[in-house]
Parts: sequence; structure tokens; C-alpha cells
Amino acid sequence: MKVWKFGDDVDTDAIIPGRFLTIYNPMELAKHAFEGTRPEFAMGVARGDVIVAGRNFGCGSSREHAPIALLGAGVQVVIAKSFARIFYRNAINTGLLPLVCAETDGIHDMSEIEVNTLKRIAVVEGKTYHLEPVPAFLKEIIEAGGLVEYAKKLEEVPLCTVSR
Amino acid sequence: MGATIVEKIFSSRCGKAVAAGEVVMAPIDRAMIHDITGPLAIEKFKEMGGRKVFDRNRVVMLFDHQIPADSIEAAQNHVFMRKFAEEQGIFNRDLREGVCHQVVVEEGLAAPGEIVVGADSHTCMYGATGAFATGIGSTDMGFALKFGALYFRVPDSIRIEVEGTFPRRVSPKDLILAITGDIGADGATYQTLEFTGNTVQNMDMAGRMTCCNMAIEMGAKAGIVPPDTVTRSYLAGRGVMAPLEIASDPDATYAEFKDYNVSTLEPQVAVPHNVDNVVPVGEVAGTPIDQVFIGSCTNGRFEDLAAAAEVAGTETFDPKVRVIVIPASRKEYLKALKAGTIERFVNAGALVEAPCCGPCMGGAFGLLAPGEVSLSTSNRNFKGRQGSAEAKVYLCSPATAAASAIYGVITDPRGV
Repeated sequence: MKVWKFGDDVDTDAIIPGRFLTIYNPMELAKHAFEGTRPEFAMGVARGDVIVAGRNFGCGSSREHAPIALLGAGVQVVIAKSFARIFYRNAINTGLLPLVCAETDGIHDMSEIEVNTLKRIAVVEGKTYHLEPVPAFLKEIIEAGGLVEYAKKLEEVPLCTVSR
Repeated sequence: MGATIVEKIFSSRCGKAVAAGEVVMAPIDRAMIHDITGPLAIEKFKEMGGRKVFDRNRVVMLFDHQIPADSIEAAQNHVFMRKFAEEQGIFNRDLREGVCHQVVVEEGLAAPGEIVVGADSHTCMYGATGAFATGIGSTDMGFALKFGALYFRVPDSIRIEVEGTFPRRVSPKDLILAITGDIGADGATYQTLEFTGNTVQNMDMAGRMTCCNMAIEMGAKAGIVPPDTVTRSYLAGRGVMAPLEIASDPDATYAEFKDYNVSTLEPQVAVPHNVDNVVPVGEVAGTPIDQVFIGSCTNGRFEDLAAAAEVAGTETFDPKVRVIVIPASRKEYLKALKAGTIERFVNAGALVEAPCCGPCMGGAFGLLAPGEVSLSTSNRNFKGRQGSAEAKVYLCSPATAAASAIYGVITDPRGV
């Protein structure tokens, strides 16, 4: 499992450009992931590779094609200092795990990485990085396997119930 | 303890007091889908076991990103959505009305105190009416279509107070670009930007829409202008009667307070490749441009076209520059036609297209070749946003766009 390292403010136009938004098939979308900004990604990425980034990963458009393209490419985890709001929800809904880690600066491109989601740690070159927990209400969606599976089991919505 | 307008909207719609930071399954008053994110939302709705949408009269469907269909795939998406609309009895505006966000607001489909979601990030524009409106992805939209509700974390708010009078040819777009430069691309993540102050109170709805539209460019969940007489008279003309009296309490808790004064504001430009990379126009004046786009949900209203036409006067545009003008909606197009604004653009050498997202979509038409430079009144200048990743996009106001179109280089509209 290797690291694909990105900087701050990776936008969803970079992840999947607008001209490919008529495509919905994950494998087809994956062929164009980062096409304009990191052309070697689509060919070089292997199943289980992890994207590590700086602040505000996934900013911009609400296009769900972005997490779907990454899933299609075999990426199941994105670790970043912070995520843009819509991308974060889209990732959880579609089964891509967005994990917050304050110290991604020390993680380098193409390093070997092991992610343990249960212990919430990532190990890179012998160093352990702590990953922040996802909010409780989203954890249920992750555990269900995404929002579609979660919704299937829902008889009716718990309207106006409040949690933290 | 007092509440912000957004906390009050969620409390009112949920029938109990909720505060920022709490997560609530809240009812949806309106849900908007378009031709790009709609097909996937419908697929997800079906995968979730959805048979009938929660309320066919609360679903807004229209096509604006790839119209008329620019590919067989786009045409198939349109057919798929038309079929769904027919099955569900949803009124489909199809490709007739214009850019989704403009249409929702001008048809009175977002009102003070309502919770509105749209499968598009610039849905935050409807906050100009005093609604809480936010962009969501397609799977969340599938859920909203099925259940008429969605999980929200009630956002805390940044109170933006704007004072002063805009100098000549400086506009709300320059203000919101300056604010974006100040707050940064993630400075308001998960928060609401609440726009207040004399300048906002004196701003027309077009300007308020421009400001709320770009809240997402700071990572915000929503932008909102507390409804006042301007809002009420705008909505009254659109069949929305007796909007709620709703405003933040004086002792509401805010995450932050920010003050701005527009009296000395200069025209602003966001330079490639980030929206928060904002400088006064003087710093980039003289930069050669290949294409100018005047339009989009951010700046495609009649007021924007009129501001551009006022600067253009009777000049013709530089023949080396492709000037593309796209009104944000059919209604705005008609206003500009009647006022002679469209004729002025055509005489100046512009290409006027029917209402749609245009080059801002980065896939339909008006794409840039490697090395080309676009100056655009839209909302994003990301690498590859308008075509080649080797092209550059600068963002500005309609006045700056028109001045620059005359000279073929980025130009301060105050000197034209």
C-alpha cells in the first residue's frame, strides 16, 4: 500500500474534471481521476493505496463522481488535515473513508503505509500517526456500508431527533 | 441565551430548540436536482428502495449544465430524468428556464425560514431569501428524495458586517471576492456566513445572491441574509406571501465577527488557481486574455449584464478576445433583451448564448486550450475548471470583465 501525497485545497475539478460527469461507472471514472493535475495517478494507483493530503481536501463542486472515481481506482481511505464539507459527506455515503490527521506533513509521496481503522492509526516508515474519530452519527452510516445500505434498513426516519 | 437565524430555522422546522453543533434529522422544504447530479441521485433513491418521492411538489427538476445536450451521454441523462419526472409527476422545467439556482430564487421556491437542499454546491445562494440552503451530494439527495429529511449538523455562524457605499463600478462581486481572500478557501468550513450591515441592507437581491452564492468558496455550509423589506418585496412579486419574521437575537453566539467597509474597496480579481487568491485589479492589470465569460449563477442576472453593458458603452470588444455572454435565466434574458442590453453585447462582438451554466461547467462548450487565459464572472478558477488544466482562469466582476473585453487585457473598469 503506497501513499499518493497531495497538498492543500485539492478540488473536485482536479479529482474528476467536468467533462467526465456524464460517466457514473466507477471503473470508467477512475480512468480520468486527476487527469489534468496528476496524470500518472490513474495508471499508477493500485488497490489499497491511500491518498494523503493537506487541508480542505475535496473542496468545490458537490459532484459525487469525485469519491466514486477514487473508489473505482481502488482507493478506500483518504487521510487529510481537513476535508471540505460536501466531499466529506459524499465520501462517507459512498463508502470511501475520510480520516482526519493533523500531521500529514511528515508523510511523503510513495511511502509504504498501513492503516488500521479499528485502532485509528496509520503507520508510515515506522512512525505512527493518530487518526481522529468520525462523528458518531456518521459512524452508523459507515458501519452500515454507506448511506444506501443504511437507508435500506431504515423503516422511517427519526425526524427531529437530536444528537451530538 | 439567544439564537442565530440558522439555529432558529432548524428549531422552528424541528419543533424544538436546537443549537449549533447538534445533529438533527430535519425536514426538507425543497429539493433541487439538475442534469449532472440528478441521474445519480435518482439511481441512489431507487437503490434505497424509493418508490415515490416524499412530495412531488417539493422537488425542483431542471437541466442547465449540458444544454442543449452536448453529447449522446448527456442526452441519455436528460431522457432518464424526464422519464423519472413523468413517473413521479414532478414538474420538470427541462432546459427551458436557465441556471438552477437563479430559477429557484426567481420563482419563489426558497423562502425565509425554509430548509432547502440542492444537489449542487452553489445551492447556498438561496440564503439571499432568508432560507437555510445547502449543497449536498447525490446519495444524500437520494435519501432526501425518499424521506423528505436529512441529517444536518446545525452550523455555527460567522457574522459578517458590511458598512459603506460602493464606489463607482465596484460591486458585490468585488466585496465577496475580497471576503473570500480574507477568510480563505476553508476559513468557514461547516459554518454559515451571515451577511449584515448597512451595505447589505441597501443591496438589491441580485447582489445578495452573488454574496451568498460564493459562501461555498470559503467552505461554508450556507450563506444567509436575514430577510428584510428588500426580501419581502422581491418575494411578494413571486407569490411568496407573508414571509416569516426571522432574525438572529442580539445576544446570539457567533463563532466569529468580521467587519468590512466597501467605501474604499477596489475591483478585485481572483488569480489562478484558487478562489481565495484575491488581489486588487491593479496588480494584474495588463494581463492578456483570450476569453471573457459574463454569466453564471454568480453573475448572470440582469443587474450584472447591465453593469457590464454600462462599462462597454458603445465600444466594440477586442477582436482577439472571445466574449461569451450568458444570462442566468430565461426571465433575466428577457429583461436584458427588452432593455437593449443584449443588442449592445451583440453589436460589441459578443457571442450571446441561451441561459445555462456555459463555460463554468468545464465540459459543455467554451473550453480553453492549453496556455489560454479566461477572465470570468463565475465562481471558480480551479485548474482545469474551464477546459485544459494548462489554461488559466481569473475571476472578476461584470464591470471588470466588460472593461477587459474592450482592451484584451485585464483592465480596471474605473478608468474606462
